[in-house]
Amino acid sequence: MEQSWTRAKGAFLAVFSPTVLWLFAFFLLPMGIIWAYSFGQNEGLVDIAVTGTLANYARVLQPLYLLIFLKSLWFAFLTTALCLVIGFPVAMAITFASEKTKAWLLVLIMLPFWTNLLIRTYALMAVLRTEGYVNWAYHWLWDETSGLLQMIGQAPLGAFTPLDLLHKNFAVVFGLVYVNLPFMVLPLYAALDRLDRSYLEASLDLGAGHLTTLFRIIVPLALPGIASGVLITFIPALGSYLTPDLLGGPDSQMIASVIERQFKRANDWPFGAALSFMLMYMTFAAVALQAILARRRAEARQ
Amino acid sequence: MSMRIPRTSRRSLLKAMGAAAVGISFGGLEACSPSKPEGGGEEPKLNFYNWDTYIGETTLADFKKATGVDVNMSLFSTNDELFAKLKAGNPGYDVIVPSNEFVTRMSEAGLLMQLDHSKIPNMKNIDPAFLDPDYDKGRKFSMPYTWLVTGIGYRKSKMQGVPDSWKWVFDSAQYKGRIALLSESADLMRLSAKYLGHSVTGIPLEMVKQIEAMLIKQKPNVKAFHEDDGQTLLQNGDVDIVIEYSGDIAQVMKEDNDIGFVVPKEGSLLNSDGLCIPTGAPRPDNAHKFINYILDAQAGAEISKTILYPTPNAAAKALMPDDYKNNPVIFPPADQLANCEYGAFEGAERAKLYEDVITRVRAA
Repeated sequence: MEQSWTRAKGAFLAVFSPTVLWLFAFFLLPMGIIWAYSFGQNEGLVDIAVTGTLANYARVLQPLYLLIFLKSLWFAFLTTALCLVIGFPVAMAITFASEKTKAWLLVLIMLPFWTNLLIRTYALMAVLRTEGYVNWAYHWLWDETSGLLQMIGQAPLGAFTPLDLLHKNFAVVFGLVYVNLPFMVLPLYAALDRLDRSYLEASLDLGAGHLTTLFRIIVPLALPGIASGVLITFIPALGSYLTPDLLGGPDSQMIASVIERQFKRANDWPFGAALSFMLMYMTFAAVALQAILARRRAEARQ
Repeated sequence: MSMRIPRTSRRSLLKAMGAAAVGISFGGLEACSPSKPEGGGEEPKLNFYNWDTYIGETTLADFKKATGVDVNMSLFSTNDELFAKLKAGNPGYDVIVPSNEFVTRMSEAGLLMQLDHSKIPNMKNIDPAFLDPDYDKGRKFSMPYTWLVTGIGYRKSKMQGVPDSWKWVFDSAQYKGRIALLSESADLMRLSAKYLGHSVTGIPLEMVKQIEAMLIKQKPNVKAFHEDDGQTLLQNGDVDIVIEYSGDIAQVMKEDNDIGFVVPKEGSLLNSDGLCIPTGAPRPDNAHKFINYILDAQAGAEISKTILYPTPNAAAKALMPDDYKNNPVIFPPADQLANCEYGAFEGAERAKLYEDVITRVRAA
């Protein structure tokens, strides 16, 4: 039988207290200071007076910033939905692959993590830009087709116009999906891999088709995996900064860029802090919602 | 068909790296905290906080040879970053290089130490025109390092004539989808005001509204708001016309002769970066020595040779070759500069107002 931690309090404390101290000194304390700033105002150029004012939050609730939040939520939602749609079949494929292939596929999924996010984003820019790899290939195909048409006596294609891919909202969502896909695939794979295969066999034996089995057996059983995949994709996507900044166009402003500019250019730390905490409150709400749903499910099962 | 390998400038890569790695730099200088050796002298070290690609290739080594002082250079990418870092207390820098407006801002905030001119005899090398600027009367806090002008960089083969007006970036659909604007809010407001025939300072509130409406109207024609990497966008063919600083365009013009630079006829914004000593610098004596060394004619010329920015150092300029001295991009002709002026720090409220306007433009 496992020993309860209450019986070994000393050992438990010895192991646990450095973590708690670390968490307190380097995470909770700085966060607390920023949280306090969100109730403050600038005093001169350098100092911030924490006065308990709610003015910063009132400003956050202005339509301008709410619309930016809304846009960020929309981008995050699109990203998560696309990751789920793309990630689920991938996770299924890994689950049902042979042991050897499985290991390789998992390595492939994790490979991008070995490269810095920034490098990956610049690489994506090289792919998408006007004179990038996609347009290079497209141009080549265009010229070849044109040449072929001429050879068989048809009129050639008109002048080549490159695809406009970079510096627009499409590029932002594309980039976010690319960056966040592994976060979706891994929890999905973990959930699907634990799945008892006999359920699937039973379903198929009893006459359900593959699609019915997928949606009535696999998806409900993988629901916890889907929920955690959605959560850890959605939250980073919501607060993403680098991707919209580098890949986006004039219309791609997300909330993290606004926060960055408050801390730097506008030198308005209190307002920046209020915006950051608004984002944090929303994240908490999402986590709480997920916890409540999980509990409901657990209760319903009993 | 040839394919150009897309590349990026070191400055913008560094900038984004900084953004990705915020937090790693915390306390990075702790190890260099002031530990004065006995006898009152300073240890032979110096922490220099500079822009990227903004120092001569051998300058730091030469300085060490001359004085024995070891210079540890770290890099920042925007004035805002510099300000934000020093705002919470000097982490150990001895010499920093803020731009004119920030010299005012930081000195007002008490973040700069007064310079001791008696320790900087090479001040005599500086062009007298730079010795009493409005942003730092009497050069109390800063010594001029470079100056630069904001203008329009463009791809010659894609333009109809020379785009010598701000109209082409702010108020015209002629180059729709091929335009990149600076994302820096204050600069955008100032240049827009210049286009509308106003000075870059004291823009009236009605005009701020007018500018906001103009930029919102122009936005569908704009491809990107760039973070000071306009020269890269231009070079890679992503856009054909950008607002950029003269030196950045001069650097890519060396590699691509289809790129041009013009200071628009309505006039533009001048900037000047200055060498300053932040309050609480652990080694002020070494800092003075270093600033004096950089103002030396030979050392200044060595720096200009690498960075291609115009120098305010008359003695150093005299040592430079003609293709630098007579380069119209580095030193735009006097008639183009006649309408140009320095921006001024107009208080925190203004900075906030401009930031809000640009946030609204970007969200519209």
